[in-house]
Amino acid sequence: MTLQFKPSETFRDTFTYAKTAEDILRFPFPFPEDEYMYSVNIEPHVKGGPTAAFQAVFDIDEHYVAECRERAKVLAEDPKRCQVLPHMMAAEWDTLELIMESLAADYPEHFTLTKAGDLWTWVNRPLGLQQSFTFGKAETLPCPPFEFITRQAQGDFTLQDQREDNLFVDGGMVTTQADWSLEFDIGMTFHEWHGPVPLAHEKGVFDRALKYLMRLQCGQPVRRLNWTMTVNPRLDTSPENYPVWGPDKATVTPENVAEKVHLRVELQTLFRLPRSNAILFGIRCYLTSVADIARVPKWRRRLHRVLRDLHPDIIGYKGLPRYRQMVIDHLAPFDDGVPTSRGIAPDTDTLDAAR
Amino acid sequence: MSPAATCDVRVREIEPLAPGLKRFSFEPAHGGLFSTPPAGGHVMLTLRDGARVMKNAYSLVSPPAERARYDIIVRLVAQSRGGSAFLHHKVARGDVLEMAPPLSLFPVAATAKKHLLIGGGIGITPLLSHLPELKARGARYELHQLSVADEAAVFERLLAPFAAGAEIRVHGGGRAAFDMAGLLARQPLGTHLYVCGPRALMDAVSGTALALGWPKGKIHKESFGDTSGGLPFKAVLKRSGIEVEVGATQSLLEAMEAAGVAAPCLCRGGACGECRTPVIEGEVEHRDDFLSAEEKAAGTAIMTCVSRARGPRLVIDL
Repeated sequence: MTLQFKPSETFRDTFTYAKTAEDILRFPFPFPEDEYMYSVNIEPHVKGGPTAAFQAVFDIDEHYVAECRERAKVLAEDPKRCQVLPHMMAAEWDTLELIMESLAADYPEHFTLTKAGDLWTWVNRPLGLQQSFTFGKAETLPCPPFEFITRQAQGDFTLQDQREDNLFVDGGMVTTQADWSLEFDIGMTFHEWHGPVPLAHEKGVFDRALKYLMRLQCGQPVRRLNWTMTVNPRLDTSPENYPVWGPDKATVTPENVAEKVHLRVELQTLFRLPRSNAILFGIRCYLTSVADIARVPKWRRRLHRVLRDLHPDIIGYKGLPRYRQMVIDHLAPFDDGVPTSRGIAPDTDTLDAAR
Repeated sequence: MSPAATCDVRVREIEPLAPGLKRFSFEPAHGGLFSTPPAGGHVMLTLRDGARVMKNAYSLVSPPAERARYDIIVRLVAQSRGGSAFLHHKVARGDVLEMAPPLSLFPVAATAKKHLLIGGGIGITPLLSHLPELKARGARYELHQLSVADEAAVFERLLAPFAAGAEIRVHGGGRAAFDMAGLLARQPLGTHLYVCGPRALMDAVSGTALALGWPKGKIHKESFGDTSGGLPFKAVLKRSGIEVEVGATQSLLEAMEAAGVAAPCLCRGGACGECRTPVIEGEVEHRDDFLSAEEKAAGTAIMTCVSRARGPRLVIDL
């Protein structure tokens, strides 16, 4: 199916972002069961998951063009959202190669990559870009290779160097983040940048995840889903801009809760890169309003149960206290107590009427 | 990680480099290109000599930019388990072999100010895949190759493309004529050391470096890693009433899947805990990061994706 991009939709101020029925049904709903707790929920990143969001190495959807435009706006306001330490240049080229080859293979109607030795030509039809350059020669691109390609991808990316039996976040393009800052975290080790997460350290989640990731091999990427909630379909919920979006939390009312509050899901992917041995971490953000989720019977039952029974520390860490009860109250009448099937698939091809 | 599926590769060229040294060039048997190989990476070849099946790891010597072929160099070893003799004597151009995609356990350090590479004999092979990457990065490097006199010219020729403007030396007199301590002592701060060759050489180089005060994290030795396999064993799935033979190169999980059992799993790397299965009888060789030391000592559960039986038979509650 050909994607119909919606280049003018917005993720700030006017918030004209909206989802088609197909886009709602392809949402990577994050809860495989009716309760939620931290775990090392990592699995091989192979094509063909429970929704259409898992059909490509790097998923592109109807918001692609608008999200690239939003990224450009954030970068214009704050160029430090994209930073890569100088020793990561090989990882920059690895990233460019991986994303270009994957997009061209998965979406030939939108992207084309041709090579004549080191001379590469990249065509991005949705954004109207064509660029010839010499692979390995940064001066032949209009900006460094990592920035060049991640300006043309949905979702955030970070680069991890592996050394001293640890991973260091030594670069990133971070404009659609759930309240963390690359400027603050850059150069940190794995346990340092995960420092603020509650409960999971005690459970040994990060010790196990680090060991697992240090063994990650080329060509065998892995993925996991993470989630939080965001008021309004705002991609840039950064600490830097907290004064802009923090007050949104106070605007939620029982009347507008379903439209205002969005379930924010990150499809996180991890790739070992060949030349650099770095790990590319993709954080692909999906926003779906509570109203849209309520149109899928399984998902509305499950979201209600998960939020109702959520651990208090997680409620606080994810910033939900101000409006969580309103979401629960909105969803409770639609939860008839019927058991839900395991896994995240919507179990339907059609949406219920809006409610 | 569980090992990736193998793919069929065709021998496109065999080039004798010296008596007992051959370069094998492979291409994907079904067309297309290989994935970009990791610098310092190696592949696992499955060699079938009649009823005998051998799995041997070989460093890739072709550069990351080369995707049409993967090259390895194989030394014919008199006392080998048979892999090198099979490749040298029985494999011909056009033959199709099974190859697991490359793994990277000997990468190039990103933060090094300088790279010092030391090879011994056929241990030159992973260094040959480091050199194009170092050159592409514009990195500062120095390489010393130890060799018997007869083979010095071969190694000179293999290293020639990387010699311009770099310090590369082949020591045809072997270790006796090589001032290892002097070389290691005069390196600037921030140098990373890479060594590949006979075990004795690797131990001598890393031991000398440590004695001179080199930080451990700056010393890199070639490794093909721990193989994921082990001795074959029989797994008895008590609840299902099935017996599964777990082969030497298979995980318990893979063997159960091959037998049509829908066993639980997620990460396939011993981290997530999903495949935890109660053990009723038999001893477990734990290889996971999930179970605590106490749980491992108790031996009442196994992570089927990575752990094995420490004995011929294991009875599990599945």
